[in-house]
Amino acid sequence: MIHKYKLGGFNIVLDVNSGGVHVVDDLTYDMLDNVEPPFEEECPEKIVEKLSRFYEKDEIMSCYDEIVELYNDKILFSEDDYEKYAKYSIASPVKAMCLNIAHDCNLRCKYCFASTGDFGKGRKLMTLETGKNAIDFLLENSGDRQNLELDFFGGEPLMNFDVVKQIVEYARSREGEFGKKFRFTITTNGLLLDDDKIDFINKEMSNVVLSIDGRKEVNDYMRLRVDGTGCYDRILPKFKKLVAQRGDKEYYVRGTFTKYNLDFSEDVFSLYNEGFDQISVEPVVGDSSEEYALTEKEIPAVFAEYEKLARRIINNEKQGGKFNFFHFMLDLDQGPCAIKRLRGCGCGNDYVAITPDGDIYPCHQFVGIEEYKMGNIDEGTFNLEMKKEFANAHVYSKPECRKCWAKFYCSGGCNANNYQYMGDIHKAHKISCELEKKRLEVAIMMKAVRAFGEQE
Amino acid sequence: MKHIKTMNKANLKESAQKGGCGKCQASCQSACKTSCTVANQKCER
Repeated sequence: MIHKYKLGGFNIVLDVNSGGVHVVDDLTYDMLDNVEPPFEEECPEKIVEKLSRFYEKDEIMSCYDEIVELYNDKILFSEDDYEKYAKYSIASPVKAMCLNIAHDCNLRCKYCFASTGDFGKGRKLMTLETGKNAIDFLLENSGDRQNLELDFFGGEPLMNFDVVKQIVEYARSREGEFGKKFRFTITTNGLLLDDDKIDFINKEMSNVVLSIDGRKEVNDYMRLRVDGTGCYDRILPKFKKLVAQRGDKEYYVRGTFTKYNLDFSEDVFSLYNEGFDQISVEPVVGDSSEEYALTEKEIPAVFAEYEKLARRIINNEKQGGKFNFFHFMLDLDQGPCAIKRLRGCGCGNDYVAITPDGDIYPCHQFVGIEEYKMGNIDEGTFNLEMKKEFANAHVYSKPECRKCWAKFYCSGGCNANNYQYMGDIHKAHKISCELEKKRLEVAIMMKAVRAFGEQE
Repeated sequence: MKHIKTMNKANLKESAQKGGCGKCQASCQSACKTSCTVANQKCER
């Protein structure tokens, strides 16, 4: 399978199964509409005839030879032979966990997927005992995996920070005995950050996600405090301080864009101009009936904005500036192996989420959906049949993914989005797919610009 | 090559033969808590 497209003055051809990315001239681009394996020794006469209206015969012949050479090298029209690997991770250990440490929040963001923090289940904080049980569960169910990931999430995790600290201490005390290494991460809205918390986070958390939407007016329209005022002025200096003291450790400032800020490249650059260089601004997830939701009608505007953002990033780089935009980051050489790419996040299989009540869900986005409750940490129950169902949700068991060119980049998308929008974890959510594919096309085009210079 | 420039090593097949160790991060953990992108991760082997 190949995928070809024109963007930024480049003709780009992806060989889906080898991961090959080729920049081609117009002749090759047109010829690829007319040829496919098996190839002949020389370019067939009817193809020469068809293309010779626009191109020289010698050129057509040499172009055909190049296509055949890449085919023989297995980096063009290569075969998909990965389905046999889909069974490998069925009995995968659990290695990552999202701890919903507080089902409570001190913000009332209009687009919150967690019903302003409590996931529709009442405001609660996780106890230390449940947190310890979660650590024990991870230690005992992680098999030979050495790196264990634990994300403190909510609600707002800083509302239960003493328990966060004690869980970290407990986990560290047991690492040696099990031969494991915990990587902690935390996602926070920043309101309760103070010097002590910043010190602790910068010492213990390998990554921190700082929620802020970009421009003050954009942030303060959606991200409201309980009294209805915006939070921007309060959180910005705290985030700056945390990042300034963080050294080389990872962080992201993470925003959400909605129908109200389809000019979100302004928000990305607003964050950059405030001094942040690790930036993620992502499309909102929410019911299509919501005012702020992105629907099919908004897709052309979002596409145009992603292209605009790419141009602005390239121009910024030309002037010596640099930052990472999470959704354009792509490693064409050293990225994850093909086996990893058959499934996305691993939710419900090697990744689970735990609520303050100790309930286990496939991930934070499934929390509160009763039919997807997998068990309870405190009661020692875990539904292995459901784990298997998630392990079997891979690009070959999702009909739209199977035939999609982007399957080894997005790996089947978000199971929770599929369930929430389509009622089935195997059914791709069209808008998410369209945006993902556009981001990939843009990100690859940016690689081409960096390699070969601008074409327009 | 005159008509085609290949931008990368195109090593997905090779990666499958040596892959599947599970050392890499779960993909939704780094920044992206609501939308899934795997290809921006690193192999950690």
